[in-house]
Amino acid sequence: MSAKSIDKLMTGMLYLIAGVIVLLLAGLLGYILVQGLPHVSWHFLTSPAKSFEAGGGIGIQLFNSFYLLVLSMLISVPLALGAGIYLAEYAKKNWVTDVVRTAIEILSSLPSVVVGLFGFLVFVLQFKFGFSILSGALALTMFNLPLLTRNVEDSLRQVGFTQREAGLALGLSRWETVVHVVIPEALPGILTGMILGAGRVFGEAAALIYTAGQSAPALNFGDWNPLHIASPLNPFRPAETLAVHIWKINSEGIQPDAAAVSAGASAVLIIAVLAFNLLARWGGNRLYKRMTAG
Amino acid sequence: MKKLLGILAALSLTLLVACGAQDSNGESITAVGSSALQPLVEAAAEQYQSDHLGVFINVQGGGSGTGLSQIQQGAVEIGNSDLFAEEKAGIKAKALTDHRVAVVGITPIVNKSVGVKDLTVTQLRQLFTGEITNWKQVGGKNLPVVVVNRAQGSGTRATFEKWVMNGRQPLAAQEQDSTGMVRSIVASTPGAVSYVAFSYVDQTVETISLDGIAPTEKNVTTNAWPIWSYEHMYTKGKPTGLTKKFLTYMQSSRTQKRLVAKMGYIPMTAMQVTRDVQGNVVRK
Amino acid sequence: MDPIKEAMLHRSRSAKLERRGRLLSLACISLIVLVVLAIFIFVASRGLATFFTNKVNLISFLSKSTWAPAVKDAHGVPQVGALPMIVGSFGVTFLSAVVATPFAVGAAIFMTEISPNLGKRILQPVIELLVGIPSVVYGFIGLSVIVPVIRTVFGGTGFGILAGTFVLFVMILPTVTSMTVDALKAVPRHYREASLALGGTRWQTISRVVLRAAMPGILTGIVFGMARAFGEALAVQMVIGNAALLPKDLISPASTLTSVLTSGIGNTVMGSLENNALWSLALLLLLMSLAFNLLIRWIGKKGEMK
Repeated sequence: MSAKSIDKLMTGMLYLIAGVIVLLLAGLLGYILVQGLPHVSWHFLTSPAKSFEAGGGIGIQLFNSFYLLVLSMLISVPLALGAGIYLAEYAKKNWVTDVVRTAIEILSSLPSVVVGLFGFLVFVLQFKFGFSILSGALALTMFNLPLLTRNVEDSLRQVGFTQREAGLALGLSRWETVVHVVIPEALPGILTGMILGAGRVFGEAAALIYTAGQSAPALNFGDWNPLHIASPLNPFRPAETLAVHIWKINSEGIQPDAAAVSAGASAVLIIAVLAFNLLARWGGNRLYKRMTAG
Repeated sequence: MKKLLGILAALSLTLLVACGAQDSNGESITAVGSSALQPLVEAAAEQYQSDHLGVFINVQGGGSGTGLSQIQQGAVEIGNSDLFAEEKAGIKAKALTDHRVAVVGITPIVNKSVGVKDLTVTQLRQLFTGEITNWKQVGGKNLPVVVVNRAQGSGTRATFEKWVMNGRQPLAAQEQDSTGMVRSIVASTPGAVSYVAFSYVDQTVETISLDGIAPTEKNVTTNAWPIWSYEHMYTKGKPTGLTKKFLTYMQSSRTQKRLVAKMGYIPMTAMQVTRDVQGNVVRK
Repeated sequence: MDPIKEAMLHRSRSAKLERRGRLLSLACISLIVLVVLAIFIFVASRGLATFFTNKVNLISFLSKSTWAPAVKDAHGVPQVGALPMIVGSFGVTFLSAVVATPFAVGAAIFMTEISPNLGKRILQPVIELLVGIPSVVYGFIGLSVIVPVIRTVFGGTGFGILAGTFVLFVMILPTVTSMTVDALKAVPRHYREASLALGGTRWQTISRVVLRAAMPGILTGIVFGMARAFGEALAVQMVIGNAALLPKDLISPASTLTSVLTSGIGNTVMGSLENNALWSLALLLLLMSLAFNLLIRWIGKKGEMK
């Protein structure tokens, strides 16, 4: 066979591979949505879950998922920003930095059940936070930090060195260069990483079973004082999230409509993750245009 | 950056305030443990809280082992367990007080394709030890046996092995850590056999009678069907305050007759026998 | 006043800010390292208790194949042989990497060399979406689609390493692909131009120049994917069957370190042998992820020297 026809053949193969991957995702999404969407209704999205009767919804779980996400992002984003800045701008190239980087990588490949149990023993029992949103948010922070830090570091590194030199030449200190010049330039990348991380956090179950707990007590949506136990904002109430709910229904659920609830909840979860992705692309592009006056 | 720090500061302040205010929220207790018992306690707690405003009962799963080790450490108020504390290694049962709140019957289930409805206890044991490998050996179809076990240490598995296996070790086979998974695997795998609590049996799987005795609640109450266990709620020492009130509520005949029966558990009040940890049966 | 101008006028304040900023970022990174250390110490102290407190032999832990910590053998030694799980974990990890690599590299070449436009518009979002699908959902699709398919095609129960491989293949595909894309993009443009100018076809350029140059990066991506596969729990646990048996073939139930750990941990009592043995598995996982990281570092160093 001539080089030309091999070239044609391989190009065809590559198109095939790309097609297979797209089909794979289409199949996955199609399967989940076709199975789940018929069960999704306004009632399903807003009413509380039932523990042993049919007709339960996922209202509280949905709210919990979002609240937990916001809380854990509030804790992990500043930390990851700081750590990423240090690694990208200040860290010297020596063995200490190597060890630090390895430590972060290890944290990211830790099975989430280990993170969950560690959170259970430390946050729930030692710090006496109990099964609560706060414990869950801290566990998720541990789970999320390595990825975010890596993402921040990578985004900062991709900013051209001339930008930094310009900042320094203007007499700015290194820190000011980072805050006023480098971060704005890297912001779209950082933001995309954060929103993708948010999607991952949204779907996490194993780390939350032992920290945020697997019960969703009734909430009073008229009471927004974070100190009241029935208030949706109280960080010390136990909070079952959507992903944990799916896991629980499938493992020990005795509701007659467990399969339907689980399929519906999976569809909602996927739609939420899809929405995060779209938001990431749209927001990232828009922000980039605004920041760079392009 | 500054804005971010401001938000963070405000947040940590809120948390601190919330921390301080946490205890003044009225009484609250936590019950942790057995995932098989969790739905019942959750439902009971829900009812109790709607009758008594200002109290808060936090119910979590995590497994019987978690329940027992947490109550032993005194980290929670109630530890839920499918097993007697004496049966679990590493637990000092003397320090704990047992409160039995329900009975759960356990039945063997098989895939609908096997064509067997009745077995002897010996045959069932041989299925799980691997001595019987094809359903035709026990009068069923020509189909290999697929054993599905619960995870090691699970309460359901311990009860099943105690009353069926007679001290024999089951062969190493598939293990699943939840009843829901076991049921869906048995329902979809030809030739599969496993065991679940009565309340999980539905039309997707078939139950098995043992020596002609059907797995019904009535047979459990007389101990004619021996594979059953108590659901325990353990406290460290004698219960006090809200813990005591809630346990009394769980054991009251009103809760037992209405809630417990409705959720597929067998009420304590219906039992005609009692059984101790050694398995000695006494008629009431 | 313009913040930059202001900063120029007050040098001392700026220097103070610089120090504060540096300290702040240092504090963040230290906190993360502290957390990792805490986890490591925590897992190690519990995991090592199996060997020191419960006197289990390390060699028999790694080489015996019966996992029943609650049962003692004829000599009164608890049966904690982790070999089936170790074999299972490595089996699914390597197989899924083997299956995923051609797809991932193919997709990456497509995105960087063949059709960057289609790649950016379609393949990139698809890959990112695959990352976002929660592992619980992957597990259920595996259980309801892949396992029955394997059962009808190959016989047996359908549970086993093959099913685990398929699920993990989809889960690590995005990781390997995106890292390969980065590696390919880092190959300087003049390499390609030189090859094309010599009369090489596109495929010759890709296979003999671009892939060669990007090899260390691609290998790093594959090892990253393997590290992820090694630590994945929920999805694999649902489809592999969780039988602590040495796998005879790819379609009989097997188990991985994570699956045994996840399913057993709630049923054991803290401080008991059963519990410690599970923590030993967690420690093994941690050490493996350390090993994967060192491997990545080593590949990176090798690549640099060229």
